[in-house]
Amino acid sequence: MCLAVPMKLVERRDVLGVAELDGVRREVSLMLQPDARLGDYVLVHAGYVIGTVDEAEAQVTLELLRQIAAAEPAG
Amino acid sequence: MSATSAYGDPRAVAGLVARITRAAGKLPRRATLMEVCGTHTNAIAAAGLRRLLPPAVRLIAGPGCPVCVTPVGYVDRAQALARRPGTIVATFGDLLRVPSSDGSLERVRAEGADVRIVYSPRDALQAAREDPAKTVVFLGVGFETTVPTVAAALAEAEGEGIANFTVLSGHKTMPPPMRALIRDPEVKVDGYLLPGHVSVVTGSDAFRFVTDELGMPGAVIGFTPTDVLRGVEALVECLAAGTPRLVNLYSRVVRPEGNLAAQALVSRFFAPADAVWRGLGTIPGSGLALRPEYAHRDASLIEVEVPEPVEPAGCRCGEVLKGSIDPPECPLFATVCTPITPVGACMVSSEGTCAAWYRHERVATGGGR
Amino acid sequence: MKPAGTILLAHGGGGRLTQELVREVFLPALANPALSLLSDSAVLEPMPPGRPALTTDAFVVDPPVFPGGDLGYLSVCGTVNDLAVAGAEPVALTWALVLEEGLQVELLKTFVAGAARAAGEAGVAIVAGDTKVVPRGKGDRAYVATAGLGVVPPGRDIGDHRVKPGDAVVVSGPLGDHGATVMACRHELAGRGLASDCAPLSPLTALLLGSGAAVHAMHDPTRGGIATTCHEVASRAGVRIALEQAAMPVRPEVRAVCELLGLDPLYVACEGRIVAFVASSDAERVVELMAGHPLGRGAARVGRVEVRDAGAPVVLRTPYATERPLDLLAGAELPRIC
Repeated sequence: MCLAVPMKLVERRDVLGVAELDGVRREVSLMLQPDARLGDYVLVHAGYVIGTVDEAEAQVTLELLRQIAAAEPAG
Repeated sequence: MSATSAYGDPRAVAGLVARITRAAGKLPRRATLMEVCGTHTNAIAAAGLRRLLPPAVRLIAGPGCPVCVTPVGYVDRAQALARRPGTIVATFGDLLRVPSSDGSLERVRAEGADVRIVYSPRDALQAAREDPAKTVVFLGVGFETTVPTVAAALAEAEGEGIANFTVLSGHKTMPPPMRALIRDPEVKVDGYLLPGHVSVVTGSDAFRFVTDELGMPGAVIGFTPTDVLRGVEALVECLAAGTPRLVNLYSRVVRPEGNLAAQALVSRFFAPADAVWRGLGTIPGSGLALRPEYAHRDASLIEVEVPEPVEPAGCRCGEVLKGSIDPPECPLFATVCTPITPVGACMVSSEGTCAAWYRHERVATGGGR
Repeated sequence: MKPAGTILLAHGGGGRLTQELVREVFLPALANPALSLLSDSAVLEPMPPGRPALTTDAFVVDPPVFPGGDLGYLSVCGTVNDLAVAGAEPVALTWALVLEEGLQVELLKTFVAGAARAAGEAGVAIVAGDTKVVPRGKGDRAYVATAGLGVVPPGRDIGDHRVKPGDAVVVSGPLGDHGATVMACRHELAGRGLASDCAPLSPLTALLLGSGAAVHAMHDPTRGGIATTCHEVASRAGVRIALEQAAMPVRPEVRAVCELLGLDPLYVACEGRIVAFVASSDAERVVELMAGHPLGRGAARVGRVEVRDAGAPVVLRTPYATERPLDLLAGAELPRIC
């Protein structure tokens, strides 16, 4: 029930910020995630940042997927 | 390959399907896994994941679509408010076409009511700023992911003294129906795929009750094909081993404690209340109502005449929402009830089980691979 | 005399103000022998040989000016493209306006300039026009209605009746650019790379049809996107169409807008793309021809036509070797949170 999209926080001014995904920018509210920092990847839902992406954890998941994919026979 | 496409990598998907098939061989009997998030319903159907799973693993959709479980009476009240002079109704697009007892918000808009689609509660707040003489009623539907955004808009309204911003709360929380479902003899669920974005707010710990109270495994997952399949794999392994565990497989955004700032804002404005779920009846403590000190923001207290709700005849949304029947078992499905002429809410919302089934599952066998 | 800065009801009255508008705003931008006569009907030169083709369209767009175009440019492109995909060479267009009292003349000039530019790019003349004005509040700034006249050369016979199982589905470029750009404007999403793909396609269709490649039918996937276009073709030709999700070209910015608003690019409008149904043996050649033309960059083969069965008429093959139906939209795509 939750379309939430990971975007990069590229500007912030108090509780408002600008988040970007593939060149598309939107103003977002940081009221729910006041400690988000510039450069963080953030989860945006209905115009608000509701969480941040943990890059290290993301890498762990991606590495796991790479291993699973590599174990598959090609083609 | 970009990160987004890596989570959808066909070879990783194939690998996960192989692992699931191997693990399913050790299951004592067929496993029924339920997801409780409309966005999961759609993601699974859009990628055709159901067709990849071995016969021993069955995926069903639970009452996870907030539009689908919004009772007819709520839409009736929203319609009545829209017809009230000097009122602007602001709503997410999801609600516009939901059938009420008599019409819909879309119809009422065509009749001249001021009904506006917004992408964010902030847009509704802005409408209130721009039109101080009118009352803005924001239709608050959605689960734990969305409630904090509405609470934040309320906080902003309080801080700035925007008196004409009100909320008609139809918000619901996810754990109560999950508990209620288990007690229902018609429902046979062996494990839960848990909503990843709800968990971003509530924390994965909020779902401990799945193992501790209900004695079954639960996996908190994201929305890409590999996320869903990793969840299925984890649940199948737990069931094969007979050890229910709660696993957080969406650790890149979900923390055990969740988003404390969001939780605090929600508690400030909302308190648990009994709520009516379309098709399921009243589930105690499953809704969120505005606290009495914010009565001035509570649109349910605005006096309007609301007709007695009329449930559509023959509609079996309730059973579909519980996962006890698949959409094709409802006699109205794809005959009288279609996405263009929806009878029940399961068909109106693009997340609804019936809509997702209608749009994604009707492929002739043999036309596939 | 300088025309007023705002459109008044009198501008639609037929009198002095109307004539002023024609003289000062329309003629300078659109002048051609037929239009400049300002007679009740444009009498044209005898038509080239072939079958006449006639199309009509109405245009409303919000916002009326957007990255990559405006209401005027869009209206001429849309009309020309309806002729072009039918295999007709455009001959003449009409352009009628219903303006709302209070519209800024500068904005009207933008529309007129857009229309003139598109007509020039398509090599077609706007030979007749009309203007009415409605009171403030009774019209959304401006509506445009057009008619387009063309000629299908002798011996050319393209259309859905020629589409058959085995044909390839080819698109001339990335999908959803127009719809995503307009939705982004409405919902305060900004993107430097976002622009409508709006363009007159007659030069590209002429190239394809003149090449001798076995093009069976063409469409421009406007409202409802490629999915809706394929439904129309499947229905008229009595076939099944299978599209390959992995082959669909979609620009990253467009994908991002769609993700943010909960839209599916396959249902989002294009205004400068062709969906062509081509004999399979010629598909690669058609893609190459398109890709070599400025209007066809990013062309790709995206699906095929099959024998109709008892299931859904249009399906999408996912990257996971599964198939799912692509259904007809119930209504306009709405931004959603779920």
